[in-house]
Amino acid sequence: MWNVIGKRKIFLGTSGTFMLASLVLILVLGFRPGIDLTGGTSWQLSFPEETGLEEIKNVFQKETGFIPSVKKAGDGSFIIRLPETGEELHQNYIGFLEKEFGTPVELNFSSIGPTVGRELRARAIWAVVLVLLSISFYVAFAFRKVSEPVKSWKYGGIALITLLHDAGIPAGLLALLGHFKGIEIDTNFIVALLVIVGFSVHDTIVVFDRIRENLILHRGKRIVLADLINESIRSTIARSINTSLTLVFILLALIFFGPPSIFYFVLTILVGTVIGTYSSIFVASPLLYVLRGKGVD
Amino acid sequence: MRNRKRLVFFLVFLIAVSIVAGLFAYEPLFKKWTGFRSWQLGLDLAGGSFLIYEIDLNGVAPVDRDSVVKGLRDVVERRVNLFGVREPKVYTEESAGANRLVVELAGISDVGEAIAQIGETPFLEFREIVSVEGDMAVFSPTGLTGRYVKGAQLGFDQITREAQVYLEFNDEGAGIFEEVTGRNIGQPLCIFLDGEIRSMEEDCPTVQAQISGGKAQITGRFSVDEARAIVERFNAGALPAPIKLINQQTIGADFGKDALTSSVFAGAVGTAVIILFMLIYYRRFGLFAVVALLMYIALTLAVFKIIPITLTLAGVAGFLLSVGMAVDANILVFERTKEEIKKGLNRLSAIEEGFRRAWPSIRDSNITTMISSIVLYYFTSSFVQGFALALFIGVVMSMFSAITVTRTLLRVFTVPKT
Repeated sequence: MWNVIGKRKIFLGTSGTFMLASLVLILVLGFRPGIDLTGGTSWQLSFPEETGLEEIKNVFQKETGFIPSVKKAGDGSFIIRLPETGEELHQNYIGFLEKEFGTPVELNFSSIGPTVGRELRARAIWAVVLVLLSISFYVAFAFRKVSEPVKSWKYGGIALITLLHDAGIPAGLLALLGHFKGIEIDTNFIVALLVIVGFSVHDTIVVFDRIRENLILHRGKRIVLADLINESIRSTIARSINTSLTLVFILLALIFFGPPSIFYFVLTILVGTVIGTYSSIFVASPLLYVLRGKGVD
Repeated sequence: MRNRKRLVFFLVFLIAVSIVAGLFAYEPLFKKWTGFRSWQLGLDLAGGSFLIYEIDLNGVAPVDRDSVVKGLRDVVERRVNLFGVREPKVYTEESAGANRLVVELAGISDVGEAIAQIGETPFLEFREIVSVEGDMAVFSPTGLTGRYVKGAQLGFDQITREAQVYLEFNDEGAGIFEEVTGRNIGQPLCIFLDGEIRSMEEDCPTVQAQISGGKAQITGRFSVDEARAIVERFNAGALPAPIKLINQQTIGADFGKDALTSSVFAGAVGTAVIILFMLIYYRRFGLFAVVALLMYIALTLAVFKIIPITLTLAGVAGFLLSVGMAVDANILVFERTKEEIKKGLNRLSAIEEGFRRAWPSIRDSNITTMISSIVLYYFTSSFVQGFALALFIGVVMSMFSAITVTRTLLRVFTVPKT
């Protein structure tokens, strides 16, 4: 029943397709970077008097000559995107908005200079690369005692491919959301990716650990690797799913009841967690079989 | 069974510590009883402003940079303290070769005013008149500026009751002042504030005599509040290097409070679902995991509070994620134990075997999460650091609760079948 290895071409093909699609989405659509990565101003405020997006845009056009992007937030407040705005301009904007719509309540005002943004972006990329590499090296190190019939660096390499898969698909999803719904990639998104990477490898380790144990158990005997992997998956699948499930409960609670400001952060982690559980069974294990040494069944 | 007695004692001790920790972490109760330390809420939960300035050190010799940066921090801190903000934080950081000054102001209502006061040096300068061409006077700087001001004091003119600013110069300034007044007797001497005077009559008092001792007064141009503000700023000191605001974030107090309330609620719901799941799926074993989970939550929150970790929205999220991962080790152990029971081991040895065999995968998977959080901590700015730290502490604590606490519970409450 659990012939994952037998059907590996289907699973690997599906995952490969999704990964490729994500890569294409990221390359073609790109991300919509948030102000913390590029510099700029995000301003969330609400007005005592009823007003609409167009009115706000019109006031800005009349007073400043440019039309900012204005969005309505879930609680009826407005989020205005501006270029980097110094305190003087900020006060100036408050002045003319106040005249038009009454004294605004400022929920959130952040203005970030372009140098800070550039620096954060560079650091974020470094962080992602470093996490991916160090986890892969750790997995290779942890599995150093089982170099037969699969070399331990291959466990690390497969962990890396699986992690790219688990982080890549949510990233593709966000490129899509950025294009159609204007969702921006900010530092939180990078954090979400790293959390996914740190967590999704858990399930992979659980399966690999069982394969490692079974391999050591059968050392010196003739083994059929495909059966051994299938058996390892079968006996660990319940715990793989359950460990992810407890995290999914928390994430779902945060999505439904948590603060709206971290909605997409949580959603990204949720998608990554589900994909990570899938990939530990249907990507990492089949890959282990595909990359087995010569002369192994 | 001396061994068992010791286990029971250890368990009672753990539970007692957890109860104390839980009470300590639960603010309303603990505060009512003792008034001891409150939770430190980050700006995004308490509301407030986060300002980052870039320090321009171009005009400063490399050897002096450290002391200038330190002096700047002190001056800004003194200015910030004037707002009466609760626990303001002012610190410098060096990043990519640039020196930055970070100011955190909790619960301030008028950030615009705060920014104006932090960044503004009241640039005071005495200028003398060199010639008059028609109606226009030609001014020349005397070199006497606010830099030489040692202290300032608010006073009132005895007759007009107008607010006055008394200035006291340091020794160097006193020397210059004496010289300048000496060569301008009978002439007007103009006091420029931020490069401007309002009019000759108002801002250019006539020098009556040479003034030694380094004391001067500026009269008749301020309201009481203005005079007080200038005095305060002079006393706080002039900025030793120019600064520029490059990053500003202000969060409304209600906004932060809503975020905190809804995260706590979501966390409670999520935890309740986890508890239900563990009880339904793992029955008796699940009950032990639930006790361990509750102890984990109490202990971890207490650790956060003792350190103390400033609780940000990201930190709360990180902690909640760690709650979602905390029972993972239990699940791995229980599944393994069930397997061993199926193999025919008795309950007690199955449990021991379950812990022993599940340990490598628990260790390896927790280490990967620790790696992620360490990298996050060192590669990011303060907002994310809170998340990384909370996640790291959470993972370490959860290993303790899932292994030590659960194992002790199981050992105490599993009676070997005779």
